[in-house]
Amino acid sequence: MSKHPETASQTAGPYVHIGCTPNFAGLTGLYENDLGADMATDKAQGARITLSGRIFDGAGDLIHDALVEAWQADAAGRHAGQPGADPHFSGFGRCPCDAETGEFRFKTVKPGPVAWPQGGQQAPHITLWIVARGINIGLHTRVYFADEDVANAQDPVLAEIADNRAATLLARPQSAGDYRLDIHLQGPNETVFFAV
Amino acid sequence: MIRDQSKDAQMQDDDQNAGPYLPRNAASHPAALHPPYRSSRLRSPQAEPITFPSTPSEESGPVFTGDLLGPLDNDLLHNFGPDGQSAIGPRIIVHGRVQDQFGRPVAGALLEVWQANAGGRYRHAKEGYIAPLDPNFGGCGRVMTDTEGRYSFRTVMPGAYPWPNGPNDWRPAHIHFSVFGAGFAQRLITQMYFEGDPLIWRCPIVGAIDDKRAVERLIAPLDMDNTAPMDALAYRFDITLRGREQTLFENRMEGL
Repeated sequence: MSKHPETASQTAGPYVHIGCTPNFAGLTGLYENDLGADMATDKAQGARITLSGRIFDGAGDLIHDALVEAWQADAAGRHAGQPGADPHFSGFGRCPCDAETGEFRFKTVKPGPVAWPQGGQQAPHITLWIVARGINIGLHTRVYFADEDVANAQDPVLAEIADNRAATLLARPQSAGDYRLDIHLQGPNETVFFAV
Repeated sequence: MIRDQSKDAQMQDDDQNAGPYLPRNAASHPAALHPPYRSSRLRSPQAEPITFPSTPSEESGPVFTGDLLGPLDNDLLHNFGPDGQSAIGPRIIVHGRVQDQFGRPVAGALLEVWQANAGGRYRHAKEGYIAPLDPNFGGCGRVMTDTEGRYSFRTVMPGAYPWPNGPNDWRPAHIHFSVFGAGFAQRLITQMYFEGDPLIWRCPIVGAIDDKRAVERLIAPLDMDNTAPMDALAYRFDITLRGREQTLFENRMEGL
């Protein structure tokens, strides 16, 4: 079967909020809620966590106009749409960076381990996809949890990354259930990005 | 043994969607760093991305259903202003088909679109262009593909607008598209341009794509066959998302 080329990516631009989070952009009355505003209902299973962070450019300056999407498994390691997945958990979050603080924040549950197709399991992780003005193709990364040493040591994706760079993917626990991770798009502390 | 043909066909179809996603071809996409697009200079990673074959984390994706959509979500002419009020500008229908790299329709794909109004002005707090807002135009819409992968929405033709990049850079008329396929690995944001616009080939954002044919695929042709006579012109924009490797029968050579 002949293969068609994929449609080319283009930057989301500075006004991505109009289309993706219109309520955040002040366009109220179109959609009841912005897509991805809530990842879990009160009935979702698992440990409640918050993942937050900021994004920095190659000059070390805070980025205020990025949009971050999160995609993850439920507490049992199942993704929405798979049999047995938690019906109270969407797995999808979308958060514009705060115009003042630059912070993104997801209220979610800690994901369970996900199967690795060649056998075994992946350590708990949340996939992030970052778009913004100046980013020509969405940046794909993963957040792992710094308090999952044993699982992280056996994770086949982390195993592909030099030790000094793997740390850029580890969210650090703060107060109970609060994890933080800053993302650096470019430079000496550059976050690991994936082409999957 | 008597075979159930319909079941076989179903299994074959499932198998064709069973492998890892085809690797992205960097040549069909813009480079992360394209210095003439100034904002990309400090926002482009320098290290090579790490690759691995897709896993359930990339092969699954958010599930959206039709009940998400309101009746006017795909009608940007009317979804912002008060009842009966329509946006100002050339009325157009934008439609097309979402397929994967094997030409199979992607049904249930969610498309979100956003754009400037007919004068090139966005409804956004950070936008300061002197062209006025249109009180009846928000510039935001969404639509989901049908079982054939088809979508359609109505809007006004957006205007070109100047932007602070070079001393006199103007974006061509464009509509932004955000596309969700079945897997998160298919996630795509792109821009649609309009046939014949002389600004396209001068734009540093377009210029980040090296491959001329890849740019041409972002340019929607005028589609007279699908206009609404005495109402709206039409443009056709087809979208191709990543396909999955065909691992046909790989895991069960025996027994089929």
